[in-house]
Amino acid sequence: MSASASPAAAAAAPSPKRGAISIRGITRIFAGSVPAVDHVDLEIHAGEFFTLLGPSGCGKTTLLRMIAGFETPDEGKILISGRDMEDVPAHKRAVNTVFQSYALFPHLNVEQNIGFGLRMKGVKTPERKKRVDAIMEMLQIGQFATRSAAQLSGGQRQRVALARALVNEPEVVLLDEPLSALDAKLRNELQIELLRMQKRLGMTFIFVTHDQHEALVMSDRIGVMSKGKLEQVGPVLDVYEKPKNVFVAEFLGLSNIWPITSSGAHSAASPIGELSIDAPLNGANMAMIRPEKIWIYNDTAAPKDRANLFFGTVREAIYMGAATQYRIELAGGHSVLAFDTNNQATERSWRPGEKVAVELKPDNIMLISP
Amino acid sequence: MSATAQTEQEIEAGRQRLRLWVTSGPGLVWIMIFLLIPSAVLLGIAFFSADDYGAPVLPFSVQPFQQVAGYSLLGWDPGNITIFLRSLGQAGIATLVSAALSYPLVFFILSRPEALRPLLLLFIVLPSWTNQVVRTYAWLELLGPNAPVSWVAHLLHAVPPDLGLAPGSFAVTTGLAYNYLPYMIVPLYASAEKLDWTLVEAGRDLYASGVRLFWHAVFPQTLPGLLSGIIFVAIPAFGDYVVPQLLGGDKALMIGSLIANQFTETPDWPYGAALTIIMLVFTGMGLVGFRILTRKLGGAEEATI
Repeated sequence: MSASASPAAAAAAPSPKRGAISIRGITRIFAGSVPAVDHVDLEIHAGEFFTLLGPSGCGKTTLLRMIAGFETPDEGKILISGRDMEDVPAHKRAVNTVFQSYALFPHLNVEQNIGFGLRMKGVKTPERKKRVDAIMEMLQIGQFATRSAAQLSGGQRQRVALARALVNEPEVVLLDEPLSALDAKLRNELQIELLRMQKRLGMTFIFVTHDQHEALVMSDRIGVMSKGKLEQVGPVLDVYEKPKNVFVAEFLGLSNIWPITSSGAHSAASPIGELSIDAPLNGANMAMIRPEKIWIYNDTAAPKDRANLFFGTVREAIYMGAATQYRIELAGGHSVLAFDTNNQATERSWRPGEKVAVELKPDNIMLISP
Repeated sequence: MSATAQTEQEIEAGRQRLRLWVTSGPGLVWIMIFLLIPSAVLLGIAFFSADDYGAPVLPFSVQPFQQVAGYSLLGWDPGNITIFLRSLGQAGIATLVSAALSYPLVFFILSRPEALRPLLLLFIVLPSWTNQVVRTYAWLELLGPNAPVSWVAHLLHAVPPDLGLAPGSFAVTTGLAYNYLPYMIVPLYASAEKLDWTLVEAGRDLYASGVRLFWHAVFPQTLPGLLSGIIFVAIPAFGDYVVPQLLGGDKALMIGSLIANQFTETPDWPYGAALTIIMLVFTGMGLVGFRILTRKLGGAEEATI
């Protein structure tokens, strides 16, 4: 395998898969401002549904725009399918974007909008028509082919925008909060549709959103961003269950977080009292537990021999259909947030003022950094 | 109860009528005195005969209109048609030139910091605050026989030696384009300022660049401004008097000068009036035709004045 200069050998060299993205030390600083994206390293695998999640202004859209080629990084490299994108302008990248505002051309009809990219690439009419028709059928928008974008509803426009990207068979599809302008029902529908298209076509999807629920539902992996930096990258389950720090824990779902200090090999002091923990602190100084991992008992029926059993009073009970969210004030005055599913609503529901006990099982307590 | 409500409504309606008359009254009077009445007089004069001094006299006659069409005692002469077509051509080329100059200028201004833009726009509009005659004379100097621009033209054999680029058709087109450029830039700027740059990004994302990107993603969005600009430039350029008078010489006579001549040098009021009426009719037809075109192109509501 040593360097023979023949072209055949070069072609046979292991090349990164089509649609894989390497982001290396990418930084973007807008004039007179803090870095929008700050030395981000990220590997996105070919064919995965990757979500960049974060609050507005965290740099996720800037990162996406650099992949698309609309922004030029001040530092670092972006490789798409193994090729360095430094000198490749937006119109030459095998990447297509679905814009938040749809960005459909108002002077073109649906069919012409979808066929635009193929037309620019010089795909001849019969072939172009075939591909446009196929994608319109796949997304069920064939009946709108000759309408103008202005005559479509939000959901229909988003389908057209998606079709316009997918029809080019790009290596990577970039989606910039594509569903944020839609109502909840349509949004759920399109989430499922997007996922189905992605699995069917096997393209890499990079999805930008500030909606943690959307991120959890759709992604294979999530990258959580804050202030231009990636806080944590990993499979959905890991990021939710084992957040690295307070930001990630709080951004993805609800959580109870307390500062802790070590008080023994398997115990830590916290504001609510002594906590039994499974693992040594290892530098962590926060304890986090998700509300749905807390067990609630009537105070008389509580298993008093268990570890981390705390007594308190229900202060708030918010019925949410499938579950009820409780705020329970413990003896020391601190509150705990707990969920309980309503599968046995009559036997296991508590009203404000009722005395209860909560159990925080040691293996459900995550040790995190601030 | 309902009777009171009705009276109140009537009083309110009365107030609104009054307000309408008070606010629009001065404008209406103005239009009446300076547009409608003179136009009616002009229309009337066009159907009179001319006396030896060119003043309108009875009997009524359609001879002025025959004159406009080119018929006289000496038979038919294509002179007027030539002048009409030349005016159309000069105005058309001047409009094209001003549009071609406006696009880069507008996007240059838009590429500057926001605080600087009003100032740059002001620089474009500023010259039109000075007298048109003065500005046009300046062009006569610039394009005249002994000016550097004409030397270059000589070297390129574009004009014969001893002659300059002015007076002549070239000078008229240049003068018209220069004079009406701000009227193209301002509406074009207004629509370019509202440009949805996401569409430009969408174009780039879908493999368009350069001319094709401009044509598909920028041009359609600026069309309303361009169409307004075309109207603002083409119509006054078509009937312009000062520019062809100063820069045209004898060979580049335009319709504005022709009309002016009928009231000054070789007076013939009825003929001049008929020329004016015909010019107005053609301009009106042009506007209507343009509106229909604009509607077809769609979404260009700004161009429908």
